[in-house]
Order: sequence, then structure tokens, then C-alpha cells
Amino acid sequence: MKLTLSDVQKVAKLSRLKLAEDEQVRYVEQLGQILNYVELLNEVDTDGVEPMAHAAELTNVFRADVPKPSLDRQAALSNAPKSDGKYFLVPQILEGA
Amino acid sequence: MSLISKSVTELLDLQSRGETSAVAIVQEHLNRIQSGDSQVQAFLGHDAEGALQAAAAVDQKRAAGQPLGRLAGVPVAIKDNLCVTGWKATCASKMLEKFTAPYDAHVIERLKAEDAILIGRTNLDEFAMGSSCENSAYQQTHNPWNLECAPGGSSGGSAAAVAAGMAPVSLGSDTGGSIRQPASFCGIVGFKPTYGRVSRYGLIAFASSLDQVGPFARNVSDAALLFQSIAGHDGRDSTSVEAPLANLTETLDQPLQGLRIGIVDEHFGDGVDADVVHSVQSAIEVYRRLGATVTSVKLPNARYGVAAYYVIAPCEASSNLARYDGVHYGHRAQSFGNLVEMYEASRGEGFGDEVKRRIMIGTYALSSGYYDAYYLKSMKVRRKIANDFTEAFGEVDVILTPTCPTPAFRIGELAADPLQMYLNDIYTIGANLAGLPAISLPCGMSSSGLPIGMQLLGPAFEDERVLRAARMFEQATDWHTKRAY
Repeated sequence: MKLTLSDVQKVAKLSRLKLAEDEQVRYVEQLGQILNYVELLNEVDTDGVEPMAHAAELTNVFRADVPKPSLDRQAALSNAPKSDGKYFLVPQILEGA
Repeated sequence: MSLISKSVTELLDLQSRGETSAVAIVQEHLNRIQSGDSQVQAFLGHDAEGALQAAAAVDQKRAAGQPLGRLAGVPVAIKDNLCVTGWKATCASKMLEKFTAPYDAHVIERLKAEDAILIGRTNLDEFAMGSSCENSAYQQTHNPWNLECAPGGSSGGSAAAVAAGMAPVSLGSDTGGSIRQPASFCGIVGFKPTYGRVSRYGLIAFASSLDQVGPFARNVSDAALLFQSIAGHDGRDSTSVEAPLANLTETLDQPLQGLRIGIVDEHFGDGVDADVVHSVQSAIEVYRRLGATVTSVKLPNARYGVAAYYVIAPCEASSNLARYDGVHYGHRAQSFGNLVEMYEASRGEGFGDEVKRRIMIGTYALSSGYYDAYYLKSMKVRRKIANDFTEAFGEVDVILTPTCPTPAFRIGELAADPLQMYLNDIYTIGANLAGLPAISLPCGMSSSGLPIGMQLLGPAFEDERVLRAARMFEQATDWHTKRAY
């Protein structure tokens, strides 16, 4: 299967990645090669095979519902790109608000 | 007396006999970093002051007759994707250039509880994606055996630091071979424990169903000691498994009677370096002399491992790395219009080439219309690969393979060809897909003077068996005594 420039642009959009034009062109070729290689998987008969999502196939791992101390506000905000000391600050989200 | 080449056991003994101190040990390793790391570039940062303070505290505890941990006064280098309170944790990415960890990873808590001395942060491929440290946003780590060669990756800094004598042991993480391949390239021991043995709490996530933390050391005993110190259940990682582990200091030196070794014929054929074939075959002969039986086993789906991995790992990465949005931590772009553009610009600027490539592959494979063909298919192939191992382990106790098809390649040799770089992981990926314990240990040298490693794999939770089998070889040979310095 051949990957196109518009495929790459669509995936970049879904990935929330701003890519320069030369990056987009390079990825058309490189991602195309990788996806072509992955086509190898079609050789494998997987009819009736249960998918394996995880190496440790655990389900419903519960712990006691007991309150415990967590990261305090100052530590949680310490790496924020923008903060007023109480909250994370982000650009306006709702248009016209 | 130089403390640089000493094993962990020797460093512990010297301290308990009063022949050296934790401060002296740490100072000598810091000096070594000072003099040697401008060439090797294994460290992204080190904490001389903190390390010396911690060492002084260990010496005081000893002087006061207080009980000491299993790693008292032993310097440990830490891959820079593990959180240490107050230290940067950059993942060798511009995205986390300014990130300071607000808490300790589980493995770091364990090391501190054992009185180990955290000496510095080591380089890696960005977000642990790569096989050469060429994907670090900050520096190129060099192989201590030949500075023109790659140290391997992604944990190349941790491997090079130990191989260059800058730390006796270090921690890395292994998602597709990121401990074992650099151990092989740098001529040291690297162990990936069974998935679930070591908590991932505080390990910055790459591919959560595959990531596992493990040790680097210059011999199997030291690797086992570090592994034992970090293993164990932790409720903060829901994939952490409660499973008993023998006291390895008591059992490690006991040879495994009647050991049954499996080999895979394809591992000695086309595409494998002749020196690698020769070294691994010689290692098999050593085991035969030690009384092991060697039989061929089939892993018919192993050849699909790289393809399945390079769908599954990017899918998980695209999800895990969605958290880097420029809001809570990490890089935020300076100029953007609206919120979505802030995400796009921050991520476009903060991530390097390979990370973007993998996010794109993962996003593509998970996108509407492609999920079944790529992700679901890969998970089914993963099951078949795991089943092959289960079947093989019905006949043999461990499987012996080359760790990599070649010794260390030259820096830049594979940089332009992502797919060739991925194929370097062909023998190591299976253990991650199936969650098995696997170790790489030195077993030879190439004609150009580069180390060669072999890999031993065992069934899940048979970490002890794998380590004991490795120790048997080490006791009978002297490859682990070869030094790059």
C-alpha cells in the first residue's frame, strides 16, 4: 500500500503534531517503508487466535479504597509551563466566551 | 588501590573491613566521570554534592553501628527516564528539558532504602526509542570500546557508564531490547526481568505492556544483587505481580544440574555476523562441557516479531505520549493561535524525529479503518509468538541466542534507515512481547575488538533460572573480565 502526503497530513493532525513540509515529505517515504514491512504480518494465519494485549494478563486489579496522601499542589504545579500558583493556565478554550 | 574496577561485592566487603569508605568510593567514581565522560558522554548530568552527602551518611551509619542496606555505598547510575525527586528527568527529549521529578520511582525508593548512592542521570535515545543513542536530543554517547561506535540503545548511557568504569552498576529500561542490546555492544551484563517483577511506577512510559526496568553490571552476581534490590510487588503499578523470588545471593552460584538448553537454527544462518556465530557456538560448547544438553527448538513465528513490535510499541507510545500537551508539564510553544495549535506546536517543537515517527505510526495503526489490520493483527501474532515460547519451554529450560546479529555498529551507519535500525532488535523483542526474563552477557570478541553478547531466555518468573544459567557460564569463562579501559 502506498502512503500519500495527504495520509501523512491527516495522521499528523490526529497526532496533534505540527510538521514542517520537509518532515512531511520524509515521513511519506519512511512511514511507507515501515508499513510495507509490517505487511509481513499478513503471512500469519491468525484465525481463531485470541489477541494478546499484555504480557501480564491480569484483570480487575483492585486495591483497598483508602485515602492516602498525594502530590501536594505546589509540587504538582512545579513543572507547569504556566500557572498562577493555584491552577494550570491554558489559552481560552471556548470561542466567544 | 583503585576502586574503579571493583565489583559490587568487593566494594561492600572493602567497606565492611574498613579498608575504604563510601565517600572514597563515590569520589573515585566522580573523578572518573570528570576525566572520562567528555569522551564517552554517558551522563546527561551528575549530582556530585548529593552523592557525596549520601555517601557520608552511609559512612556515619556504619560508624554508629547502625544496620546498612544491601547496596550501602555503591554508586548507581540512573537512566534519565526514571524519576528521582529533585533531579531532572528529561528522557533525552527537548519536551522534558525543564522537567524536575516531584517524586521517586519505585526502583529509586528501593535503591535509597538499600543505601545505594545515586550518582547521575544517563543518556538514552529520546523516550527510549532507538538502538544507538543517536536519537538523544542532547548528546551522542560513544562506545567505550571504540569511540566511533554506538553504545547501543536505548539505555546506551547506562551501559557505557558501567563499561567505562564510571559506575559499577546502573539501571536501564527495556521495551524491545534496550537493556540487552547496549549490554551486548558494551561488553557487560544486562538483565530484563520478567514483566511485572519490577514496578514501573516512576518510569516514564513508552510502551506500557512491554516496558521493564532492569540492571546493568560487569558480572552476573552484581546484576542479580541489583535486580533483587528493585524487584517486588508495588500496588502503584497495577501490572506489578506478587511472585516469590529466591534469595539469589544464596542460590546464584549453584550450577543447574541437567540444564537443557534450546537453540534456534535460524539464529546461526544468513544475516548474522560470522564472529557472532562463532562466539555463540563456542559458548554452547562451554555449556556442553558443563553437562548441559543442547537441542534445537522451533520458534516459527519469531520472524514476525519485529513487525508485530513496530505496530504494538508505537500504538502504545502514541497513547502514552498524548500526555505531552504543553499544559501540565513539558514544553509549551511560544506562539500559537488557539488551544489545538498550542498542542500541535508544542509537540512539533518538543519531540524529535524518531518519536514523531513512532507517534505517527501508532496513530495511523489505531485510526479508524486500520485498527483491525494493524493493531488487532499484531496482538494476535504476539499471542502466537508467546505460544511458541511456551511450547519450546516444554522441552528446554532456557533458550540461548545471540543478543544481536552484529557487534556494535558505527555511529551514523544506520541513522538514515529506520527499518534497518529496527531489525537490530530481532532477537531481543520476543522476550518483551511474551514478558519473559532475558539476560545478555559477554561471550566473545569480534576480530575488530568489539564485544559480543549472548542472550539467555527463560519462562516467565524463572528469573532465578536465567541468572543461574548465566552465572554458570561466567564461572567457567573470563569474557566478563575484559575491560574497555
